[in-house]
Amino acid sequence: MSADPADGDGVVVSVQDLHKSFGEREVLRGIDLDVAAGEVVCVIGPSGSGKSTLLRCVNLLEQPTSGRIDVLGVEVTDPDVDIDRVRTHVGMVFQQFNLFGHRSVLENCTMAQRGVLRRSRDEAERIALANLERVGLADRAHAMPGQLSGGQQQRVAIARALSMDPRLMLFDEPTSALDPELVGDVLGVMRDLADAGMTMIVVTHEMAFAREVGDRVVFMDDGVVVESGPPDQVIGAPLQERTRTFLQRVLDPTHRHPQE
Amino acid sequence: MTTAPQTLQMPPGRRRTSPRTRARVTRAVQYTALATALVAVVLLTDWANVSSQLFDPAVAADLAGRMPHALWNTVRYTLGAFAVGLPLGALLAFMKLSSVGPYRWIATAYIEFFRGIPALLVVLSVGFAVPIAFGVSIPSMLAKASIALGVVASAYIAETLRAGIEAVPKGQVEAARSLGMSHGRTLVQVVVPQAFRIVLPPMTNEVILLTKDTSLVFLLGMQVAEYELTKIGRDALSTAQGGLTALFVAGACYLVITLPLGQLTRWLERRTAAKGRGR
Repeated sequence: MSADPADGDGVVVSVQDLHKSFGEREVLRGIDLDVAAGEVVCVIGPSGSGKSTLLRCVNLLEQPTSGRIDVLGVEVTDPDVDIDRVRTHVGMVFQQFNLFGHRSVLENCTMAQRGVLRRSRDEAERIALANLERVGLADRAHAMPGQLSGGQQQRVAIARALSMDPRLMLFDEPTSALDPELVGDVLGVMRDLADAGMTMIVVTHEMAFAREVGDRVVFMDDGVVVESGPPDQVIGAPLQERTRTFLQRVLDPTHRHPQE
Repeated sequence: MTTAPQTLQMPPGRRRTSPRTRARVTRAVQYTALATALVAVVLLTDWANVSSQLFDPAVAADLAGRMPHALWNTVRYTLGAFAVGLPLGALLAFMKLSSVGPYRWIATAYIEFFRGIPALLVVLSVGFAVPIAFGVSIPSMLAKASIALGVVASAYIAETLRAGIEAVPKGQVEAARSLGMSHGRTLVQVVVPQAFRIVLPPMTNEVILLTKDTSLVFLLGMQVAEYELTKIGRDALSTAQGGLTALFVAGACYLVITLPLGQLTRWLERRTAAKGRGR
């Protein structure tokens, strides 16, 4: 294990034979996944398939039951890992935004910069404003989270994560809690991020986004990776029956599968 | 295509009064009952006795000079007890939320014990049992009151704080930890400030209850300089004319403390709520 997370070249995340159980229920049943630097991996699958749990295991919000995960050259499944240090380099965006409600937009973006990275107030605010600018919300820097729409809150959450200069971004269904008309702005920010070369793992139900922005799509069902490959293949011409069934339901919700 | 006009079929039977009329009648009956009760109380009261034995203005005026000092003592005992109860309660709350089993058990046992026994017993124990058990007597009345009432209050405060901390959404902690913030930093910068807002109204309750519990400490025996409201009220009962007047004066003095406390919380609540919305 290297003292400092390795440089961004090569493999950023490596998951090997990951298992995770909640009590008796086994949610992840042997996952293998590698994510290369600059790669955008979209994880799709029905709810309860374990895709969010997989994402949360990468930064140890969930403790894996067995298996090995390496992030930026650090084995995070090592019991002695300094996980706070790894997390500084891994941004996470949640379905429910999770902005700190008692702090302004700007303070949301500077709190960890100052407390964890020990940046000065001036430097932290400069970086925060640059990232708020990037998501198009620099003018709301002094608003409180409660004054913003869901879409704006999610963009602030992205700016907050980016302010830590992460080498990897994890998105856990970032648009699932948004009103339909607000989804586009958030996806737009994510697309810009991908274009800028950010390594991203995105758990999503937005098939159009996965197809357009993803370098690779991973389809999960029932705790395993069923199919993985280029978007045009997995979404356009899936090899597996389970993938086809899922895509039919998502892309055409009124369609009844003949076997039902 | 045309459709026939739809009419609502009313249930058969006798013609009903409208809900609006019924509500008016009910309210009129309630007001009448209330007014009747008030008039009855006024008529049945023996006003001559009341003014000589419960609200004797001369006795009240006589006591007025000693009340500010007693009021100040009551406030001191309350603040002292809160100064002990808050940190101890916070410690117990964190122990109860700890992942370490023995911490949780100790905190639970402490809370259950001190919530379950009368504060009076704790006050008497601190005054009389502690000197016997440990061979030390606590020097000042302020220290005795602070320890005895603080120990009791901490049990209630611990539960209030724990509930407040648990009411902060789990996502807040996850977001902070995902940014690399340590457990402690997350607690201090994210959880506690938001729990504070949730805890404010019940915490005011604790302070109000504490204020009233200071009426127990006179049982430990007091120097004149240490007298608080209840002690003055009781003493005046036996020495002065005017029957129970002294107790009523003391009671009014408690309201002088507790009513502004209620106002203060409402103000603080409005302020923090406004801040959440960005003023």
